[in-house]
Amino acid sequence: MAGTNGTIISVNKVRKSYYRDTIEIPVLNNISINVPEGEFLALMGPSGSGKTTLLNLIAGIDRPDEGEVVVGGVNIAALSESELSKWRARHVGFVFQFYNLLPVLTAYENVELPLLLTNLSKKEKHEHVEFALKLVGLSDRMYNKPGQLSGGQEQRVAIARAVVTDPTILVADEPTGDLDKVSAAEIMELLDRLNKEYKKTIVMVTHDPRAAEKAHTVRHLEKGELT
Amino acid sequence: MKIPLKYTFRNLQSRRLTTALTILGITLVVFVFAAVLMMAHGVEKTLVATGSEENILISRKASNGEISSIIDGETVNIILAMNQVARTPAGAPFATKDVATVINLPKTDYVGITNVTVRGVSPDAFALRPMVKIVEGRAFQWGAREIIIGNSIARRILNARVGGTIKIGGDQWTIVGRFDAEGCGFDSEIWGDVLQLTDALGRSNAFSTLTLKLRSPQEFDSFKEAFESDARLQQFVPKTERQFFEEQSETMALFIRVLGIFITVIFSAGAVIGAMITMYGAVANRTVEIGTLRALGFRRRSVLSAYLIESLMIALIGGIVGVVLASFLQFFSISTINFDSFAEIEFSFALSTGIIISSLMFAVVMGFVGGFLPAFRAARLNIVSALRAS
Ligand SMILES: Nc1ncnc2c1ncn2[C@@H]1O[C@H](COP(=O)(O)OP(=O)(O)OP(=O)(O)O)[C@@H](O)[C@H]1O
Ligand SMILES: [Mg+2]
Repeated sequence: MAGTNGTIISVNKVRKSYYRDTIEIPVLNNISINVPEGEFLALMGPSGSGKTTLLNLIAGIDRPDEGEVVVGGVNIAALSESELSKWRARHVGFVFQFYNLLPVLTAYENVELPLLLTNLSKKEKHEHVEFALKLVGLSDRMYNKPGQLSGGQEQRVAIARAVVTDPTILVADEPTGDLDKVSAAEIMELLDRLNKEYKKTIVMVTHDPRAAEKAHTVRHLEKGELT
Repeated sequence: MKIPLKYTFRNLQSRRLTTALTILGITLVVFVFAAVLMMAHGVEKTLVATGSEENILISRKASNGEISSIIDGETVNIILAMNQVARTPAGAPFATKDVATVINLPKTDYVGITNVTVRGVSPDAFALRPMVKIVEGRAFQWGAREIIIGNSIARRILNARVGGTIKIGGDQWTIVGRFDAEGCGFDSEIWGDVLQLTDALGRSNAFSTLTLKLRSPQEFDSFKEAFESDARLQQFVPKTERQFFEEQSETMALFIRVLGIFITVIFSAGAVIGAMITMYGAVANRTVEIGTLRALGFRRRSVLSAYLIESLMIALIGGIVGVVLASFLQFFSISTINFDSFAEIEFSFALSTGIIISSLMFAVVMGFVGGFLPAFRAARLNIVSALRAS
């Protein structure tokens, strides 16, 4: 999966603007960044600086206006809408600030969700889900719905959902942003373990300096530029 | 369709009240829709049951009912002399010359009058129509101003009871018996001696229709051929009795269907809008969920079908409940003036597989129309904006 020099994510001269009515709001200005395989990268910066926007481009849920985003050797901006969906299902694990679990599904079913897009057998799916839930330490809560879990537990289920397909990269947008200190520390432990033990490449946006401490590399985004 | 059905099911469960109200809207429309079709089908069934496949009924060509049909005695004799007509052991043709007329009688259930068919029959009528059985009193005597009344007449007409009298053609006729005709159209009729009735109506030697049996039902084609090639019979037409009575239900059934479907289609706009509002609400409430599903790799079309299925499920449940409720109407019978005979006829709501299928399909169409735009919107959502909705 690695590109040249073990680079897994390569963002080249990317520009991105949003439009409110007809007014252009430039968000990313000629951004370039390379992320080596196995990296744990933290993106920091003030609110509105474009961190989420950059993360979304890397995760393939948004497209750059200019420049290219290459992940695992694939120029994802060149993919069609449905190819991109397929690509995301295989290669990206998402962790959101507000967990984004489906409230009507149990922890087990939430974790199983990305596997429905794979060709795994029923048995394999079951094994994967159990493994992922065990990894995040929630095997005993698999039949609970998100409403019956604490914030920290919900985020752990979300992390299980993100890793269950063994994706190429893990993207996390303020994964501790909605958690108390203790839960936040647990989540960071978990991400750290995923990076160290399972060699997951992680790109994490955070405002929390303590969270950033766990990362290998910290990059700052300010006024649309990386520093 | 990758998004699991349980997602759809549980979402329906989780907003019980909205779901229930939306289902109710669909249920009401489907109930009315099914009821109308059952009514039309009931009229048809009653009249189809009135006629036998083995009896041949001859009426005047241009007439659209028995009342307006006239067939003179001479023509009757020509027809009865035809080869294919069955004979009694005594050698007489097996047939009944009927006179049908409509009289006004007061109803029992409210102040008002209604049209009732009075049928004069020949002695063979009871053998030709074996479903007509005396259940109270006795049969009328030939040559007497006596009548018998159908079950439905006994229920609906004021003072229609054995022992009473009814005025027909200026004379008082004594009701000597009541008959049951197994729920067919004859149940809504009064029967007497045809000769007495033509006499009372001043139409001697002119009848309304002629009903006869053939030596064998297979001979209908040759009978018809001979009939049509006879220059004296050009103004008349032979049909099976079943076909004749079935045609008597056509105008009425069509009228009920057209009017009923017109009304329910208007009603259905309300149910469709209800479903649409519910589904737009569901999409709005679950925008982040939709964004998440899309981010995880579920395609637009999976989202589209998940939301469409949700709407179809609501509609289908509503449809099933509506049909189940409507099926209880089978226990009710109502009466109405039949446009073809101008006489009031009693019939029951009748359900059929076709009606069940049409009603459920109607429900599904409502669910589709109501759910499509919201589902389309869900599928078109921009992932980034949807995720930012939190
Ligand atoms: N879909 C959008 N439409 C319009 N403007 C947008 C859109 N998404 C982002 N923006 C704007 O782009 C800029 C960058 O947004 P972004 O979410 O990337 O910032 P951020 O660094 O993640 O901020 P925060 O720390 O508050 O999450 C902001 O000014 C934001 O208002
Ligand atoms: Mg952000």
